[in-house]
Amino acid sequence: MGRVFHGARERLGVVALACCAWLSVGVTAAIAIALFQETILFFGQVSYLQFFLDTEWTPLFWDKHYGIWPLVCGTVITTTISLAVAIPAGTIIALFLAEWAPRVVRMMVKPLLEILSGIPTIVFGYFAVSVVTPVLRAFFPSIPGFNALSAGIVMGIMMLPLVATLVEDALTVVPQSYREASYALGAGRFTTMIRVTLPAAAGGVTAAAILALSRALGETMIVTIAAGQQPRLSLNPLQAVETLTAFIAQVVMGDTPYGSIEHQAIFVVGSLLFLGTLTLNVASIWIRERFAMDR
Amino acid sequence: MKQKERVHLNGGEMLFRVAAALSFLLCIATLGAMAADLVVSGGGRIGWQFLTGVSSRLPDRAGVLPALAGTVWVTGVAMIVALPLGVGAAVYLEELCRRGRLSRILEIFISNLAGVPAILFGMVGLQIFVRWCGLGRTVIAGALTMALVVLPLIILVSREAIRAVPRDIREASLALGASKMQTIWYQVIPAALPGILTGAILGVCRIIGEAAPLLALGALTYLTKTPTGLNSPFTTLPIQIFNWISRPQIGFHRNAAAAIIVLLFLLFLLNVTAIIIRARSQSSR
Repeated sequence: MGRVFHGARERLGVVALACCAWLSVGVTAAIAIALFQETILFFGQVSYLQFFLDTEWTPLFWDKHYGIWPLVCGTVITTTISLAVAIPAGTIIALFLAEWAPRVVRMMVKPLLEILSGIPTIVFGYFAVSVVTPVLRAFFPSIPGFNALSAGIVMGIMMLPLVATLVEDALTVVPQSYREASYALGAGRFTTMIRVTLPAAAGGVTAAAILALSRALGETMIVTIAAGQQPRLSLNPLQAVETLTAFIAQVVMGDTPYGSIEHQAIFVVGSLLFLGTLTLNVASIWIRERFAMDR
Repeated sequence: MKQKERVHLNGGEMLFRVAAALSFLLCIATLGAMAADLVVSGGGRIGWQFLTGVSSRLPDRAGVLPALAGTVWVTGVAMIVALPLGVGAAVYLEELCRRGRLSRILEIFISNLAGVPAILFGMVGLQIFVRWCGLGRTVIAGALTMALVVLPLIILVSREAIRAVPRDIREASLALGASKMQTIWYQVIPAALPGILTGAILGVCRIIGEAAPLLALGALTYLTKTPTGLNSPFTTLPIQIFNWISRPQIGFHRNAAAAIIVLLFLLFLLNVTAIIIRARSQSSR
């Protein structure tokens, strides 16, 4: 379609619109600069060795330690539990909706997922402390009010619609000829679904899992409300922990003075999260394209 | 042999059906338990006093008026900023940019922004808007931060809306002698408007529910006044909910539940509006 412009004013308009698009690059650069600048200041006072080798994280205490691993452990436990809930359940629901359910059931179930995906995370956080933790108490009587299991489960339920939608998209892209070939060879519906369609959509499923992981890493409200504020170098889910995001929330809500090393610590943690989610997002795009069905 | 085969298939199929049923049960049970708990805990608090009251040390006197007002202010200003920028970017990417390396890079940047955790936007907003720009912890700083959060979503949905406009409309316009920009302004955007509006509503839903960015920005949690302008301190509904959840008194937990009901009701209204817009645009086609 030809580039037909009437005069200088319209060319200026194009430039303005281009700026809107390039804003995304600018914003990303701004995020990187804002985070890394304070990070550099932090590492001017704390050595890298201490950051990566110390086993305690107590920047707000009298005796200050800056080992990052307790926070990482907290994030790892909650994230693992949430993925253990979201990926199997989400994939099964997606398989059911895309390959198995009659149209009527589909139309009744999809709104359910949409409602779940529209609920703000703060409501899930409230749900974790008001419903899930008491229920868990029935199974684990000694579980503390703040624990990683409750937060992880609720995070998983929150991410379930995301996984289900992405996997369903991946399944619908699989060419119908695959399924028909499988039927022609005598396989039943279930066998076709499990051994032909799902493996064919493996790229999309992996990309969905990576995106869910990225989402879980960055989740703040549920873990801040439900998981606790005790950084712990352990992988026991039945304890209070602190995740990377919860630490950031804890510091910004308090009255740590700006410019202090405690305040700079949140930017270091933020940089970690930024790089982590960035890598995962790029990886998921790359995998989706590498294993795309329409090549 | 055939018998064995059939049993094996049925076994797997049964397992799948049970697993699917359990997964659905999880979703339904979650929604049901959530609804029940909210109604039981917070239903009693909903009323005129709750909706028009301000912060108070006594849970029974506290209300959500500053939070509601703050939510409206921040959301409104954020959308005023984000919508033109987002639609502009979408127009550029869909209509004016040549497909190739450049557009691909831009798409990757936008998609990355969509995946950045919300709290990081808050921290960046703290650094850039509150500190470097000296705006302080005000409505305008919060609105600009939320505009950043919602920008990728607006771009994504607007692009889909623009892409859905039939090619013939553009070609007819050009054939009649209009320029590219005239075609975009007078034909493409009006045709894509329902989709863009739906995207705007989705953006509003997103902003209304987000707590983490404004938490990092320093939205206050004890306010006795509603915002009077862009330079006012502010709080929003999710922040107020979070604050009440964090208090030990059970009265505040009831307030939190009631405030959540208000929040969910707002989201419900918005979603119904979006559905109506979509339905009307499809019926008029």
